[in-house]
Amino acid sequence: MITRRSFCKKSLLMIGGLALPLSAFELFDPKRLLAEKGDGKKVRWVFLVDTEKCVGCGFCVKGCKTENEIPYDANVTRTWVERYVVTKDGKTHIDSPKGGRDGFENRAIDIGEGKFQEIKNEEISKAFFVPKLCNQCDNPPCVQVCPVGATYQTEDGVVLVDRKWCIGCGYCVMGCPYGVRFFHPVYHTAEKCNFCYHRISQGMKTACVEACAFGARRIGNIRDPEDPVTKIITTERVNVLKEEYGTTPQVFYLGLTKEVK
Amino acid sequence: MKSHVWRPLYVVLFVVATILVVRKIVVPPDFGIGPRGYMYGWHRPSNEGEWQKVTVKYRTTEYCKKCHRDKYDEIKQSPHANIACENCHGPALAHPEDPKALNIDRTRELCARCHFRLEYPTSGRGKIRGIDPKTHNPGLECVTCHWPHDPRKEGHHDHAQKLL
Ligand code: HEC
Ligand code: HEC
Ligand code: HEC
Ligand code: HEC
Repeated sequence: MITRRSFCKKSLLMIGGLALPLSAFELFDPKRLLAEKGDGKKVRWVFLVDTEKCVGCGFCVKGCKTENEIPYDANVTRTWVERYVVTKDGKTHIDSPKGGRDGFENRAIDIGEGKFQEIKNEEISKAFFVPKLCNQCDNPPCVQVCPVGATYQTEDGVVLVDRKWCIGCGYCVMGCPYGVRFFHPVYHTAEKCNFCYHRISQGMKTACVEACAFGARRIGNIRDPEDPVTKIITTERVNVLKEEYGTTPQVFYLGLTKEVK
Repeated sequence: MKSHVWRPLYVVLFVVATILVVRKIVVPPDFGIGPRGYMYGWHRPSNEGEWQKVTVKYRTTEYCKKCHRDKYDEIKQSPHANIACENCHGPALAHPEDPKALNIDRTRELCARCHFRLEYPTSGRGKIRGIDPKTHNPGLECVTCHWPHDPRKEGHHDHAQKLL
């Protein structure tokens, strides 16, 4: 005969048991804790951009789109080149027509809607090109916001997107302070630069690095003290973009100035 | 013991069991926490392999060297030494099997990517010798007069006749 007391006791026990998550039964794993601290890794890919060397030819953008199968004429790209023209009146003019895919064969700045702004050579105080790509941050905000675990960071520091698992919610596109994410026009899933993961995993350089004739783009392994890129990052005055967001970006820039955002 | 006491419990147990079964079917078996930990590591590890399997399209200049040694040697001692062949000829893919021959781009736009004159004082672009395509021999391909693999040499003038 079931009493009211034992019924209440048993149902409470059962509810309590159901509420316990499976992870509560997992044993404490020191290896995992160590991994979360990020120690002991052999490879951590980083990128170095020298804005003094970039001439804005756009071969990197062209190469990236072809190598990574981004529809060539769609107005999206994993990497792009921005032109900065700072004039003597203190104004900064920025454009990146088609992401710089076809280079910059126009003196005038593309201000959108088919309009162009002419700038005379005498008015320019400084002008230069800045290639942009995913920063493969150490604290990637795009990964944190993914509700389904479709974007993640590999052990060697590259942030990847699982096209089979992505639900296309767009949180990561909004979450990236650098605006490097977009939707792939064919797969309709989140898309981003992944340092040509297929190339770097087999010892090749990324397509954009190969395309650059001026050494403005370089890729390296920051865990290797002999790597020339590591040497520059550790001994020269490099800077990163939007440090104030706390993302710890891993794309380093030489020759950055305050106008570059 | 009256069954109406137990009935809601059976319902709850059934619901929980269904959720667990559905989870087992839908979530990939290898889904879990990767080496980057709870915050950044949740993923399907087999996806890393999928990305690594993407086909390499740009085979680099060293690949061309095997068969087009003459072109390689010529460009390497020219002012264009650092320009990769595939920038002007397109990705090699499985060339020479597929495609049999690579594209030859003789457009003025190709050369203007670097040689359109932009007098930018604080950029490498300002140091490249530039021309204004509007006034520098308009209507003719640049390679009519400048040999692309060594721009110090004259181009092959036979193209000029084709155009005119
Ligand atoms: C395994 C040898 C081999 C390699 C490697 C190779 N090619 Fe070729 N390539 C050929 C052959 C053979 C042809 C001639 C095909 C034909 O004319 O039908 C050819 C044709 C071409 C042509 C067209 C020539 C013309 O007159 O129309 C270009 C351009 C070219 N190759 C560029 C390249 C570049 C750039 C690379 C490096 C990315 C490269 N090739 C690598 C063998 C090779
Ligand atoms: C700056 C752009 C550029 C680069 C870099 C370049 N080429 Fe070319 N290449 C051309 C152009 C333009 C032509 C056509 C020239 C003509 O017929 O007037 C051509 C022609 C060729 C041809 C066929 C014509 C012939 O003379 O047999 C081959 C093969 C070729 N290139 C291979 C290469 C290889 C290999 C490399 C790298 C070592 C390379 N090219 C680098 C622009 C380039
Ligand atoms: C990736 C950038 C780039 C592209 C594309 C390019 N060049 Fe050049 N070119 C250079 C550089 C760098 C130099 C050497 C610096 C200089 O002379 O200003 C140069 C030098 C030259 C020179 C001067 C050679 C001399 O010393 O007398 C000529 C002429 C020239 N290029 C023609 C061409 C032509 C024609 C094309 C298209 C087939 C072309 N370039 C494509 C970067 C480029
Ligand atoms: C009709 C032949 C002809 C054509 C076509 C031609 N050029 Fe030239 N180019 C010359 C001659 C001749 C010179 C050297 C004399 C001079 O500076 O004008 C020259 C000089 C240059 C120089 C060096 C300029 C300097 O300041 O020393 C560059 C760079 C150049 N050309 C690029 C190009 C490009 C890019 C194209 C295509 C858009 C092109 N040329 C088309 C004949 C030609």
